[in-house]
Amino acid sequence: MTEKPLNLKELSKKEVLLAPGHRMCSGCGAPIVVKMVLLATDYPVVLSNATGCLEVSTCISEYTSWKVPWIHNAFENAAATLSGVETMYRALKKQGKINKEIKFIAFGGDGGTYDIGFQSLSGAMERWHDMLYICYDNGAYMNTGIQRSSATPKGADTTTCPAGEVIPGKPQKRKDLTRIMAAHGIPYVAQASPSHWLDLMKKVRKAHEIKGPKFINIIAPCNRGWRSQTDDAILLSRLAVETCYWPLYEIEDGYKVTLNYKPKEKKPVEEFLKPQGRFKHLFSKENEALLKEIQADIDREWERLLKESQEVAK
Amino acid sequence: MAKVVAVTGNEAVANALRQVEPDVCAAYPITPQTDLMQRFSAFVSDGKVKTEMILVESEHSAMSACVGASAGGGRVVTATSSQGLALMWEVLFIASGMNLPIVMPVVNRALSAPLNIHGDHSDAMGARDSGWIQLWSENAQEAYDNTIQAFRIGEHPDVRLPVMVCMDGFIISHSIERVEYLEDEEVKRFVGEYKPVNPLLNLDHPVSYGPLILPDLYMEYKRLQHEIMWNRVKPVVLEVAEEFYKLSGRRYGLFEAYRLDDAEIGMVILNSAAGTAKDVVDEMRNRGIKAGLLKPRLFRPFPYEEIGEALRHLKALCVMDRADSFGAYGPLFTEIASSLYPYKERPILINKIYGLGGRDFMPEDAEKVFLELKDIASSGKIKSVKEYLGVRE
Repeated sequence: MTEKPLNLKELSKKEVLLAPGHRMCSGCGAPIVVKMVLLATDYPVVLSNATGCLEVSTCISEYTSWKVPWIHNAFENAAATLSGVETMYRALKKQGKINKEIKFIAFGGDGGTYDIGFQSLSGAMERWHDMLYICYDNGAYMNTGIQRSSATPKGADTTTCPAGEVIPGKPQKRKDLTRIMAAHGIPYVAQASPSHWLDLMKKVRKAHEIKGPKFINIIAPCNRGWRSQTDDAILLSRLAVETCYWPLYEIEDGYKVTLNYKPKEKKPVEEFLKPQGRFKHLFSKENEALLKEIQADIDREWERLLKESQEVAK
Repeated sequence: MAKVVAVTGNEAVANALRQVEPDVCAAYPITPQTDLMQRFSAFVSDGKVKTEMILVESEHSAMSACVGASAGGGRVVTATSSQGLALMWEVLFIASGMNLPIVMPVVNRALSAPLNIHGDHSDAMGARDSGWIQLWSENAQEAYDNTIQAFRIGEHPDVRLPVMVCMDGFIISHSIERVEYLEDEEVKRFVGEYKPVNPLLNLDHPVSYGPLILPDLYMEYKRLQHEIMWNRVKPVVLEVAEEFYKLSGRRYGLFEAYRLDDAEIGMVILNSAAGTAKDVVDEMRNRGIKAGLLKPRLFRPFPYEEIGEALRHLKALCVMDRADSFGAYGPLFTEIASSLYPYKERPILINKIYGLGGRDFMPEDAEKVFLELKDIASSGKIKSVKEYLGVRE
């Protein structure tokens, strides 16, 4: 496969496989992520999609935005569904009924991936299906109205863990799904951000060249749920990286850790939190300790990542 | 040339799947289905079939993978029982809503709680409204024959729907019976090459499966599903049965009527217990009691008119349910009552719940029912419409 170079000139010539006219909110991070993933892919693809914002907004009978084969089954089974498609592909290829090389990509939000779809994802990865699972993580059940998920950051105000008189938003920290996926020992796991589009697209390309299960977790700001400016998706995803809230790294075969980006100056987490209404209450006097706790969690994980990536480098 | 063997129900169905040789099989173990899929997995491991197995981490994923594989554009099977079918429930509706002709043997077993691994029909009855065709089987031979016919019925261009083939857990799945196998080539020829419709894996014609559909179109879609089930399945079931008869010499219809034409009292009963009850019908006849029996084969879609016509002349009729709808009549009873409602002259109906959680159904039980029906027929009086049969007091 001769791949097109990853530069804006070449990419602007490519057909975008998610057609305009879909009903995603203006300023949503998810379709940006999807377009980047598909632009980075030079192979024919077949997609699976968990129930969620992306799914309900892109294929409303009798219209579809998808220019490539696409299947939505239910909320929790995008990975299991795609494992079925990929297996049928192998069966038919073996019988000589299909001869093209096809790549398989599943898209799920954090609810459909971290929570209800976690078993299905874990099973598909363990069975070593040749597929790439992309989680677009916006940190809550945005489609149903901003309810808390296990990807919701500590302290965030959501509709089911609202910042109230006695409870200051979500009490628990996020589930570290990227690490959990790496613990499956699969060949490729990565974290990416649409602010660093070249890094994101390189990761997708790298994943496609590896046979077996791959997982990429991509931060996807949601201005409705994050209560931020409509045009801030890229800015916020950049701040997530610059504050080390969302480090860009990859883990190969469950242990080889590579840090892909080290901010010149690690920004305090406040810079990521402040532009978001969901964290507004954290900046009151009584929540000072909580803010410190959030920073400490980030610092600890960042130190761990630095140490591990150095160890592999040695 | 048919081959006569002594095999269990699970073994017979596993052999039918080997002969059909589907493209993909997704499976998750659950008693009493386990032995069926173990046997089929052995065929895969030994290279006896070209099938690709997906050994999933739950039945929910089994049915999810079947949906993906079937949409992909090939022949797909799975099998399950009880809790497994209950866990699949959500995805069953998606398989039928997407018109995917997946074939699934269901080795009928009770539902928890309390936990019970033995045979009854609660599992399949719980899935009766899922849009799947249901074929029920009295014994290993019928389970084998129905499995082979299921592919032809589900894949028929007029139908394109998933099919469950039900057989009783343990009583049939684990008992050795005489079964006649067809030759491998005969089965292959009978089911034919799979013809995909709108396959997801066709890159030249990209399709979107599973859209969101709003109130402006949802009902039209559901009516179409109903119309396919209501109008198109029965003729296909009969057409396939006729062709299967020519091949095997074994006749199938929408149901089996046993000594029913001149009967005065009758029993409607599904699956293995029908075998026991038929023996008792013979005994009743020897004693001069005009008993008969009807055993449904096609439960979904339900052949109301045909069954109503076959039962209307009876004086008294007992519908036997091996599943319950707590606080209501048994699921088979309500269908039979609906079948008979259009007739002014119709039998008096009673409903017995029997055999739950693998409780034995003995000839004495059937005899008790027939004797009660005889009294009802002569007195016109019933003591209770719905009753549990064979319960310890």
